[in-house]
Amino acid sequence: MTTTATPPPTERRSAPPRAKARPGDRIFSRSAQVAGILILIILAGVAAFLVREALPTFTADPSEIDGGEGFLSYVWPLVFGTVAAALIALVVATPLALGIALFISHFAPRRLAQGLGYVVDLLAAIPSVVFGLWGIQWLAPQVQPAWAWLADNLGFIPLFTGPASATGRTMMTAGLVLAVMILPIITAISREVFLQTPTLHEEAALALGATRWEMIRMAVLPFGRPGIISGIMLGLGRALGETMAVAMVLSTGGFTWSMLTSGNNTIAAEIALDFPESSGLKTNTLIAAGLVLFVITLAVNMFARWIVSRRSEFSGAN
Amino acid sequence: MSIDTLPPAGPASSSLAHNQLPRYTTQIVLVASLAVGAGLSAVFGGFSPIRFAVLSTLVFLIVNTTLSAVVEGRRKAVDKLVTALVYTAFGIALVPLISVIWSVLDNGLERFSLDFLQTSMRNVTGLNDQQALEGAAPFIGGAYHAIVGTFLITALASVISVPIGLLTSIYLVEYGRGRLARAITFFVDVMTGIPSIVAGLFAAALFAVLFGVGTRNGFAGAVALSVLMIPVVVRSSEEMLRIVPNELREAAYALGVPKWRTIVRVVVPTAISGIASGVTLAIARVVGETAPLIVTAGFTSSINTNPFSDWMMSLPAYVYSQAMRPLSGSSPQPSFDRAWAAALTLILIVMVLNLVARLIARLFAPKTGR
Repeated sequence: MTTTATPPPTERRSAPPRAKARPGDRIFSRSAQVAGILILIILAGVAAFLVREALPTFTADPSEIDGGEGFLSYVWPLVFGTVAAALIALVVATPLALGIALFISHFAPRRLAQGLGYVVDLLAAIPSVVFGLWGIQWLAPQVQPAWAWLADNLGFIPLFTGPASATGRTMMTAGLVLAVMILPIITAISREVFLQTPTLHEEAALALGATRWEMIRMAVLPFGRPGIISGIMLGLGRALGETMAVAMVLSTGGFTWSMLTSGNNTIAAEIALDFPESSGLKTNTLIAAGLVLFVITLAVNMFARWIVSRRSEFSGAN
Repeated sequence: MSIDTLPPAGPASSSLAHNQLPRYTTQIVLVASLAVGAGLSAVFGGFSPIRFAVLSTLVFLIVNTTLSAVVEGRRKAVDKLVTALVYTAFGIALVPLISVIWSVLDNGLERFSLDFLQTSMRNVTGLNDQQALEGAAPFIGGAYHAIVGTFLITALASVISVPIGLLTSIYLVEYGRGRLARAITFFVDVMTGIPSIVAGLFAAALFAVLFGVGTRNGFAGAVALSVLMIPVVVRSSEEMLRIVPNELREAAYALGVPKWRTIVRVVVPTAISGIASGVTLAIARVVGETAPLIVTAGFTSSINTNPFSDWMMSLPAYVYSQAMRPLSGSSPQPSFDRAWAAALTLILIVMVLNLVARLIARLFAPKTGR
């Protein structure tokens, strides 16, 4: 009885119902597609215009570039400064951010947790120029004694060579401001993955007699590792590209190993400080430096996404 | 027939049970270490809030952990140490947040007034500031031109990015299949990572090629901000459109509604609260962008209401220029005060936008649960 009731499947496939092509549909889908393609064009435009405007730097006589020894020797101290400031920020922000994320996801009382998460997100909403202003006028004088102490007691380490700057406007201070700025990014992403830990894993660990920390170490952290790493990398990307905090806080200068004296500069801050008054080849040089920054942040961000996509396939959540 | 009950096992008889400290131990240790911290900081070079906090925390960490290690064993001690460290991390994170907000309020309110919001910096010189400090003249100069500039540039950027971003997200969710959709998703990801200064350089280079070297105007700033804003709008709208249940679409198709009308009349209205709040958050993000604007829109002290010609001030650029290049080198304080007041204005705008985003999300949320 059942076999006669169902029509043979070949018959159904022979006449697929085709929707009538309406002009409204065509216009709408076409315009949506154009918008998508426009994004690709914009990005291609960003790359094309930057390369086009940067090219004169590479063809010009090395003695005409700022510093007189070609583009490479101009840009490497800036790359060093950019990476140094970002690394300081990362070293300070990562443990704090993980602590805050754990606090919100596993330690704080449930009713408080959401509000606390919002408080940390508030930090992300504050414009970078305000952080710059805060860094130069409030933070720099506050931390200056600490840097002087470091220079006095740990001065044998090249990074802490004294004498410490009297104004406190150093790479360390700039790195601290950057740390405050990337703190909410790392916190937000780690918090999300910590909250997604399967409850069964946590309860199983607790039922076996684990303390709360052992439960976190055995269930939460392994599960959240890709999220933590991608959060750190995204924070690094932000710290590398952040301009105003460094441009305002740091008292810029030539290359030096010491993070406690004035000197060094980052690519982004160099552009912000010099571009408005630049002309001719200097403009091209700055744009070429911007291109270098673009490539660095691109690599960092790609790496972050790659880690996430690589691990998402066999994560415990699905 | 009485049932014999086993005698209760003593704490020493079971290997699973450990000695336990009373629950209130932590509180007692905390109070004690606060007292010790205050005492120590008084001994070592005078009382200061920072020294007090650092010393108290150290004392607490050491005493609490050691006590637990001696009585309760290593595992409990590690647990307590980590718990204390996590609480400390949160406490440390509150320091910059509170101090930023406090210093902006404290310094910003000094000069924040209706007058500040309604006057520009035209013809205000360092001489005025010096006289004002000496009490010979009133403080003058405000941020009206910067507020106008920020408003115009941000509005232009939204006009460019919201349609592109929204249509792209519709394409990705409703139409996009295959290689093009994957490419767009990937490059939107790439765009989110563009440093803001690079976006500014792009707009500057574009306008230099199109309109001659050194072209600076509000529109160039808006283009730079759009590069930063489009990916944010795409991401948030895409997420919102994806959570619209498929049943709604299928119901519309079953009634014979064309696909584009389904999207316009069913899908987008269902997600509109999320989309609108996402757009508002994107605006809040670009309002505070400084770096792209100082390389594209430039600085000025006069009111400019035409974004297509001449330099245009914006609030972040105003904060930057007042803080870094005070009008009067010898008496910079009035300029710093202006910078703080402008920072306060900026934060107020961002906070209001964030609040509006939350309100929109709540007020226009689709009615459910009926």
